[in-house]
Amino acid sequence: MQDWESQKKPFAAVATAPVFWLALFFIAPMTIVWLYSFGQNAGPADIDISGTLDNYKRATEWLYLSIFLKSLAVAALTTLICLIVGFPVAMAITFAAPKWRPWLLLGIMLPFWTNLLIRTYALMALMGTNGYMNKGLGGLWEGASWLRTLVGMQPLEAWTPVQLLYNNFAVVFGLVYVHLPFMVLPLYSALDRLDKSLIEASLDLGAGHFKTFMQVVVPLAAPGIVAGVMITLIPALGAYLTPDLMGGTDSQMIANVIERQFKRANDWPFGAALSFLLIYAMFILIALQSMRSNKVKEAR
Amino acid sequence: MDFKTFLHAGSNRRAMLKGMGVAAVGFSLTGALAGCGEKEAAKLANGEAAKLNFYNWDTYIGETTLEDYKDSAGVDVNMTLFASNDELFAKLRAGNPGYDVIVPSNDFVERMAAADMLVEIDKAQIPNFKNIAPEYQDVPYDPARKYSMPYTWLALGIGYRKSKVKSVPDSWKVLFDSDEYKGRIAVLSEAGDMFRLYGKYLGKSVNGLTDADLKMIEAMMIKQKPNIKSFHEDNGQDLLLKGEVDLVLEYNGDIAQIMSEDPDIGFAIPKEGSQLNSDNLCIPKGAPHPKNAHAFINYLLDAEAGKKITETILYPTPNAAAKALMPDDYKNNPVIFPPASVLAKCEYAKFNPELQPKYEEAFTRVRAA
Repeated sequence: MQDWESQKKPFAAVATAPVFWLALFFIAPMTIVWLYSFGQNAGPADIDISGTLDNYKRATEWLYLSIFLKSLAVAALTTLICLIVGFPVAMAITFAAPKWRPWLLLGIMLPFWTNLLIRTYALMALMGTNGYMNKGLGGLWEGASWLRTLVGMQPLEAWTPVQLLYNNFAVVFGLVYVHLPFMVLPLYSALDRLDKSLIEASLDLGAGHFKTFMQVVVPLAAPGIVAGVMITLIPALGAYLTPDLMGGTDSQMIANVIERQFKRANDWPFGAALSFLLIYAMFILIALQSMRSNKVKEAR
Repeated sequence: MDFKTFLHAGSNRRAMLKGMGVAAVGFSLTGALAGCGEKEAAKLANGEAAKLNFYNWDTYIGETTLEDYKDSAGVDVNMTLFASNDELFAKLRAGNPGYDVIVPSNDFVERMAAADMLVEIDKAQIPNFKNIAPEYQDVPYDPARKYSMPYTWLALGIGYRKSKVKSVPDSWKVLFDSDEYKGRIAVLSEAGDMFRLYGKYLGKSVNGLTDADLKMIEAMMIKQKPNIKSFHEDNGQDLLLKGEVDLVLEYNGDIAQIMSEDPDIGFAIPKEGSQLNSDNLCIPKGAPHPKNAHAFINYLLDAEAGKKITETILYPTPNAAAKALMPDDYKNNPVIFPPASVLAKCEYAKFNPELQPKYEEAFTRVRAA
């Protein structure tokens, strides 16, 4: 690989278009929103950028911080479940016969190509009080009840539908469902590069399966794990559709609050301040990660 | 065609798009709006091109209205759709991207008028204004109809499943202040509407809430929260129809629609009174075809055209001439047209820029509690 420092002209030629794109369509609009966060409403459609810090003061009140922390907890739980569920899936794909691999990967990616809204509504149809999950469980319950009468026992009480939707469980379930591909794909790409003879060596030298997994596979897959965690945690932290549609009365996340500032409350400056707090938090997460990976490099 | 048949045929805009509005699904193609086809369009006698850009809610116009208008006036109406007033306002706040006629709700008529975003309507160009029932010719949110023409109106109330309630829920108490129907209630997620209706329950005007009232209502909401199953995004009729909940705070037009699908559904406006909403035809500042816009609004207020629109969308119409042409099971439907004694206690919510963020913050506290 050639260093960009010694090849400045070709590098500039290649980089101009994306840099221009980034400046025009990302940095410029974000700067405007960032400036809004130091302003106040001067009328229904006017914002006066006065340099006030009131929006940030309000955004760091305990009410909003607590919602922020709750969102972080929900996103972290989602990421953890995705990791626990996604790792075996990624392992299975890695060790599957080569002719099956593309199909298994397609199976992971296929739901990804469907609009998030459609998938969420489909999940709601499945999980509702009179949805298919409850109908299925109800059928099993009645079957069990009938079997009991066959052997002369009392039938079971009537089936009461399980409350699957409109609570925090539904939000985490929905987020895991949506974000699982984000976790599986980087894990797979890390595991795929792993030298399988190392696993054999570990097993031959007397380590058990669990020990091999924890001391050989996981450390070697660490970059994939970190990447998977980052790209699952960050979108999950900003999720607003899932809590809005599947959540109960106490399932609001920070993105829902931000959305309401821009829409119903028509308080763009405050919404901008909340958004930028979220962005700062994500910057810190990414900075911590890159510091960590630098340290790992130095240690080697 | 009787009322029930076209109830099935028509779906309404609040049913679909508002629920999806949370996902910010925009179907409008604003960019393509301004210039397209302007060249080949013929000039009309009034000097404008035979074009009109109409920004409307989904399924909120008669099935053939736009074609009929093209046949009679020769004007091509390009209709694009929005899902919520917030979306409409956000699109227009940085300048009109080329719309001629828009359909904001009453509080947004006030908000947009306050922001100087609307053109004053020239009533001389709208002779069909005489078709409007007198009570909608002069309304508190737009005195003397300076900026808006009425298109539909709505009232909030309680939709319920008849077989699951002990008696007709004729008080806000069952939704706001009682555990009788614990876990079987869904209410609106719109903070302003919720606070104003609690105010109604407490015997206050929807426009007369003080900071002390807000504190008290917030405490009541937190106390009631465990009994509520969901704060819905104006898709309450779906929750009721699917059996997710048995009582729901919704608009009469939305509940009237599912009543034909399920005879077990009822609707009541509580005895304490309720909040009225109204959607209005307005012309935004910077409209490229203001004369066509006036002519089009005049056409929509025509008796026959109004009847065709009402047959499709099934909302209460403020157009007396169009209502007179409708079948009896629409005209006499107590859900669509609640009795005058009930309506007398209902009010329009005023646009209030100071209170709206307070409602939102208090409701955020309720949700976080």
